[in-house]
This record gives sequence, C-alpha cells and structure tokens, in this order.
Amino acid sequence: MRPIVMSFAFVLAGTASAQDAPAPEFELVGGSVKQAVTIAVPAMPGMAVGRDIAEVIASDLRSTGRFTPIGPGGIGSYAQGQAAAPAYGEWRGAGAGALVTGFAEPRADGRLTVACYLHDVTAGRLLANQGFTVGQTDWRRAAHKCADLVYSRLSGQGAYLDTRVVYVAESGPKTRRTKRIAIMDSDGSNHRYLTAGKATVTMPRFSPRGDRLVYTGTLARKPRVFVLDIASGRERLLVPGGAITFAPRFSPDGRRIVFSWANNGNTDIYVVNADGGVPQRLTSAPGADTSPSYSPDGRRIVFESDRSGSQQLYMMDAGGSGQRRISFGGGRYASPVWSPRGDLIAFTRIAGTFNIGVMSASGGAARILTNGWQDEGPSWAPNGQFVMFNRIARGGGSTLYAVPIDGGPARRMPTPQDGSDPSWSPLQS
Amino acid sequence: MRKSLFLGIAAVAIVASGCARRTPPPEVAPPIGEVGPGGEQVAPGDVELTELPAQQADLIAKAGSDTVYFGTDEYLLDESAKATLAAQARWLLANPNVRASIEGHADERGTREYNLALGERRANAARDFLVSQGVPTSRLLVTSWGKERPVAIGSNEEAWAQNRRAVTVLVR
Repeated sequence: MRPIVMSFAFVLAGTASAQDAPAPEFELVGGSVKQAVTIAVPAMPGMAVGRDIAEVIASDLRSTGRFTPIGPGGIGSYAQGQAAAPAYGEWRGAGAGALVTGFAEPRADGRLTVACYLHDVTAGRLLANQGFTVGQTDWRRAAHKCADLVYSRLSGQGAYLDTRVVYVAESGPKTRRTKRIAIMDSDGSNHRYLTAGKATVTMPRFSPRGDRLVYTGTLARKPRVFVLDIASGRERLLVPGGAITFAPRFSPDGRRIVFSWANNGNTDIYVVNADGGVPQRLTSAPGADTSPSYSPDGRRIVFESDRSGSQQLYMMDAGGSGQRRISFGGGRYASPVWSPRGDLIAFTRIAGTFNIGVMSASGGAARILTNGWQDEGPSWAPNGQFVMFNRIARGGGSTLYAVPIDGGPARRMPTPQDGSDPSWSPLQS
Repeated sequence: MRKSLFLGIAAVAIVASGCARRTPPPEVAPPIGEVGPGGEQVAPGDVELTELPAQQADLIAKAGSDTVYFGTDEYLLDESAKATLAAQARWLLANPNVRASIEGHADERGTREYNLALGERRANAARDFLVSQGVPTSRLLVTSWGKERPVAIGSNEEAWAQNRRAVTVLVR
C-alpha cells in the first residue's frame, strides 16, 4: 500500500508554557449529534507525550460534536513503525470507523517531531497525513493541528481547533465585579491573564494575525479603546484626549480599527489607523450607532443602530456610504459580527430573552441558535461553523459557550472563573 | 517504514511570558496637557481622577441625592430628576473648587455596547441640565459605565430601576 505523499509540514511557532496538565473537561449541552464518527485515538508511540497528544486530539474531536472518540485509554496500541500502516482489522474489531495514529520523536535541536495519520478503517486505507515540528512545550499545538487535519478532512469544513480564545474573566459580586482579560487555547488550556483587574475591561478582540488585541478599558473614569500587544503586554490608548470610545474591531488587513465614539448624547462609528491618528467619522445619524464589524473582504461594515427607534442591524460601505437596514424580523437586533467566510452575520436578538442567531449577509431570515435567558456577545470560529458567546443565567453567573451553526450541541468552554465577551482567534500558523 | 515527512522550514519561536505583565502608561499623541508618571505628555481628559468622599457626602446631604433615575430605555429627565439636579447645581455653584463627573448607567437588560451608549445619553442629559442651571461646562465631565456597575443585584424591576441612573461624582 502506498501512503499518501505528505503535502507539507508545519513548523509551529508557539508560546512557551510550563503547563503539562491535561486539558480541562468541557460539557456538550443540548442539540443532537449528527452522524458521529467513531474514531479511535490510541496513544502515540515514541515518547510519553504521545499519550498526552492523543488525549488532546480525542478531546478536540469530541468538542466538534461530530465524533465519538475512543481512547487513548481502554483501547489497543501500535508500534511506531505501524503508524502509517496499522492493522485495520483490529480497529474494525474495536468498532472504529476511523483511526488517528502517529508518533512523537525528539529532535537533535531539542524540539519535537509529531506525525499525524488519519485512516479510514472501514475502507482500510490512509486518508491524510501531516508532520509538525514544535518546541517541547508546544506539543499541544501539534495535537490541535492533527485534530484539525482529521476534522477538516472528514467534515469538509475548514480547520478551527488550533486557535486561542481571549475573553473577560469575571469574579466577585456583581456590584464590585473584577474583570480581567484572559487568554487560553480553544480547549481551555494554557490559560493566563493579560490585565491586572483594577480597571473595568470589556470586549477584547483579536487582530487578524492574532498578535494584538483591541479592547475597551477604563481611563479617567471613561470607557477607552486600547490596543495591546499580546506577546509583550505593551498597550496603547487608541484615541487620546478624553474621548469616550468603545466596541472596537480590527479591519481584516489589521491596519485600521473601527469603533464607537459617544459624545454629547450621540454615539457614532469612526475608523482610525491602528497605529493612531485622526479618526474618520463614518456615521452621524442621531441615535446610538455601535458594534461595528467588517466583512472579511474589508469592503463593508455591519453595525447596530437605534436610529429607527429600536436596535436594528445596518450595513454600510467601509467608507460610510450606503447605510441601510438589514434586520426586519420581530424583536431588536444587536452586536452583529460578520463570519470569516463572509456568508453569515451572527447577532444577539432581544425578544424577551437575549439569544444568538445568524442571518445571511445578503439579507434573509434569521435563524436563532440558542435558548438561554441572556446570551450575547457572539464571536466566530475562523471556519465560520461555530459561534462562541456568553450566557448569563437569570440570577447567575456568566459562562462561555460555543454553538455550531448547523444546530448541533453547544459546548461549554472551561474557564477558571466566570467569563464574558469571548473572541475567537484566527487559525494559528 | 517511515518516510521523510518534513520540508525544511525555519522555525520562528515566539516566547510569551507567563509572568505578570508590565503595564507602561498609555502612549498619547497630543503635546499639550499634563506630564504623566513616566515624564510623557498626557492629554487633557486622559489624566486619572480622584474622588472626593467628604465633599460627596456634603453634596448628598445638602442636595438630597447625587443620583437621578430613568425609565426603561429612557434618558429623559422627569420632574423629580430635575429637582434633584437643580439642587446639585446650587451646591456646585456654592462649591466652585471641584469638578463633577456625571456618570450614566444602564440596567442589565441591554447588550453591552448599547448600554454604554445609553449611559452616555443619560449622563449627557443630566450634564446639560446642570449647565442650564448655570454650572460652567468646563467643570463637568460626562461618562458612561453601561451595565458594568450596578448598585442593585437582582433580575427584577426593583433592581433594574435602581441601576438606571446618572450619578454626579465629585472629582479632582
């Protein structure tokens, strides 16, 4: 049998981390699992970390809602030399329709080589394989890349598991809430705080390359937009001079930041160079215009406005022209976010409860995806198939969830404290 | 048999510190204003404010309240609010050495961004009324906390009504 020739290798630039703990548990809530593939994920031979890698792959695949992983515990194993050509009959016997094998090896330069093979057990053949070079402490990246290979090959969707999430970690009583920006891998591991918690912080959003955040902090008792470099921790006030600025987002090319500016009882949308400068005003209607989000081609912006008398969704060209309403269903509509695929817009609909929905970017009926009491703050996975949001239970705390747009089960994101305002990073390279 | 799996690609290692993050003061562009802790120029409006608890207590005692309230999704001042603000204005005119940050808040039944805008509308309405009573605009700042700082916990009408407010906070 000829294995498929490998396409290319990833050399992953990761964050050094001392965490070796297993990924936190998560729960799937509601929905139904469609056509879940039973996939065996035995421990990878070669190094002890091979079992950890398999655990993360299995956890990632379970989180997609499309797989029933078995292993690494409780199932058989294989030798390193068999990774490319396993005994398919044994795995059929274990009830698996698919199988993930591989191996981990140390390199002379101290890094790791991790190989990943996806097999169709039923047909008895290799479907895809890829290899990765990672720093020793970045083995999780290799596991997420391998899980992405499996997920995308079998679902036909783009990858999304090798991503990070930034969000606001909340603690304390609601009258004196401590809010800190936190960042973690998409499975909850490698969690750390980026701000100290003295100032109120909300709505952090990744830059298109995932290297910076823009968020709404507090300075001189006002909401202010800050730009933060994730690796260094350095941050900068975007619009100086006491302006009330909030709800910022990067443009898809990372060169501009669109945001809201409240002044004299009116809130409008402005855009400014990400490095600072004179903001350009995009809207001027009386009313609260806020929550702007660019289309992935950077040519249009979706936003919310109550200029009609209630919060509704509007679209305009990136320069501010052609402003027109796009939401017409019952209820109020807020916090729109354009999918990275360009086809859909996610939003919060307010109709008694707050719920997350999606609508076609070219207009059309909205589909509501969640049924909580107060679900808000949607953020897209980079493949446009999942929306993360925060859910507040009535009288309760705030929890992050990710819901697939096809109606499958939502996944509760594991966070050490309450969480709100999630932002999903682009796919890491 | 293991095939050669890798192309040679240079690795770029990015090391992110897991330790406490340094927080340098924000960089600001305008050359006028005060000098910040690092010696940099800080624009007017970007200098941190200090609350004045003793004067705040005196304002509340003499004006009756430092807070006015609003209806759901509203930012109009009713007669009770105007009366309170008029009393605050008299206090401010009698105490010319302090500024006030007029701070608008919203209840939890709005989305986060919209509530920031709504809070600003409320604070702006209160500020405009104080100005109409003779308080110089230069002594008044306007801000919004959205739904971030409720005074009442509870998902009921009573709590929501307490949170829809504009507070006159004395500052230096």
